[in-house]
Amino acid sequence: MGWFLLILVAVVVFWVIAAYNGLIALKNQTFNAFKQIDVQLKRRHDLIPNLVNAVKGAMEFERETLEAVIQARNQAVKIQADASPTGGVKALAAAEATLGAALSRLNVVVEQYPQLKATANIGQLQEELASTENRVAFSRQMYNDTATQYNTKQQQFPTNLVAGLAKATIAELWEIEDQAERQTPKVDLSMKPKA
Amino acid sequence: MSDEPSFNLFQQQEANRRRTTWLVIGFVLFFAWLGFGGDFIVAGFTAGAEPGAYRHAFPWIGVALTGLGAGLAAYAYRTGPEKVLWATGAKEVRTPATDDERRLVNVVEEMAIAAALPRPRIWIVPDPDPNAFATGQDPPRANVAVTAGLLAMLDRDELQAVVGHELGHIKSYDTRLMTTLAALVGAVALISDGVSRSIFRGGIRGGMRVGGGRGGKGKNAGGLLVVLLVVWLISWMLAPIITQLLAMGVSRKREFLADALSAQFTRNPLALAGALEKIEHAHAPTKAIKRGAAHLCIADPLGRRLDNREGLLADIFATHPPMGKRVARLKGMGYARLKQQGDLPT
Repeated sequence: MGWFLLILVAVVVFWVIAAYNGLIALKNQTFNAFKQIDVQLKRRHDLIPNLVNAVKGAMEFERETLEAVIQARNQAVKIQADASPTGGVKALAAAEATLGAALSRLNVVVEQYPQLKATANIGQLQEELASTENRVAFSRQMYNDTATQYNTKQQQFPTNLVAGLAKATIAELWEIEDQAERQTPKVDLSMKPKA
Repeated sequence: MSDEPSFNLFQQQEANRRRTTWLVIGFVLFFAWLGFGGDFIVAGFTAGAEPGAYRHAFPWIGVALTGLGAGLAAYAYRTGPEKVLWATGAKEVRTPATDDERRLVNVVEEMAIAAALPRPRIWIVPDPDPNAFATGQDPPRANVAVTAGLLAMLDRDELQAVVGHELGHIKSYDTRLMTTLAALVGAVALISDGVSRSIFRGGIRGGMRVGGGRGGKGKNAGGLLVVLLVVWLISWMLAPIITQLLAMGVSRKREFLADALSAQFTRNPLALAGALEKIEHAHAPTKAIKRGAAHLCIADPLGRRLDNREGLLADIFATHPPMGKRVARLKGMGYARLKQQGDLPT
């Protein structure tokens, strides 16, 4: 009887250690994935002043579009400073979505200036920007996958019994707030000449 | 998103590590068989020799060949990736110079983020036919190579999908097994060529003379020794064919897995389907990539017709699954996604 109890205790202790370590590993992976987004967002924020400077001269009368981009960028930088998986992800996602929308409006405008696109610098900047958008999207995807795994693990029985011990809390997912990003683009078939 | 690919991924990583170990062990054992088999035959022929004549007591051929096999395997494992890259004439992209190179570097870095892998080294093979491969023992030492033709032919999304496929091979440790295999195939082919030439020049004549001298006495089981000799010689000649078969057999199934991983990274299976169709239609053989490295590529560089067949024969001899089947599976994934989002055109 004594032996049986001893074995039972040993099994439980080993299980607690394994479950605890598993949760800690997932937690660190989640925070690391979030740091990846941080790196890519910084890249995006650093790139925007260059882009704005390069197109500013040729786009005097598109001042509004440019200012919207700069404003959205500064707002996003401010919010990024104090966002982490445990809080502020939603606000950051919203700020970045606003910035993304402003950027794509700017891109549409740039497309209307063939002579602007012809200069090599803009072409390179556009490639850099496209790549940065992808990096942000892919790191976001990675973060959401990891965070979901972490959230599922700490809610599932019996791992949820040690969740308090490991100080595991639900990580906020990076959800796309912007309605424009969800909607499928509408194709205009009326063949109206563009202004 | 189903988590089936990631489940398979873990098994695949384990299986690839295990298979690489067995491949190297098998390689060394084969050399041991060649060596000690030779010792046994020579010992049998010299056992009845007069006192004072040479007797083969110490199995020095076996020891030497086993040592050679182990050394070769270690050398092939360590330098396999550089040998493969060197054989294709690939050039590393250190600082991107052209727009195409910049795009390639960006795409690889993006996909490395999506796959949660360190950024691999990037190479371009100067060949107009579109193709791509990955090599390296593990993710931190991985290489991705694409041909110049691939860069020119694919758009950004398609390039991304192809790079995602290659990173899938890296992530599942396919590259470790395939690269080691490629290096061993090369080593065996080289040695076998040399040895079978020297056996046919001198070895057989020498052996026959000894055997003939002994045959007169006819006391020992000479017949058995001759059979053994024949088997031994045949295994020398079969070595390159066996390694070729191994190379062909291992790569068919894992192409599907790498396709699925690419779709998981890009969330855009239709882009890979489009890329594969473009690669298939280009159809010219990739001249820069020879037989030894064919199983590493995204599409068979030799353009063999056997790849498009099914059945046992094709499963054994073809290095790649039928392109139509791969495209069909990817399109299936793509439509399933569209349906989920409610975007399916009706």
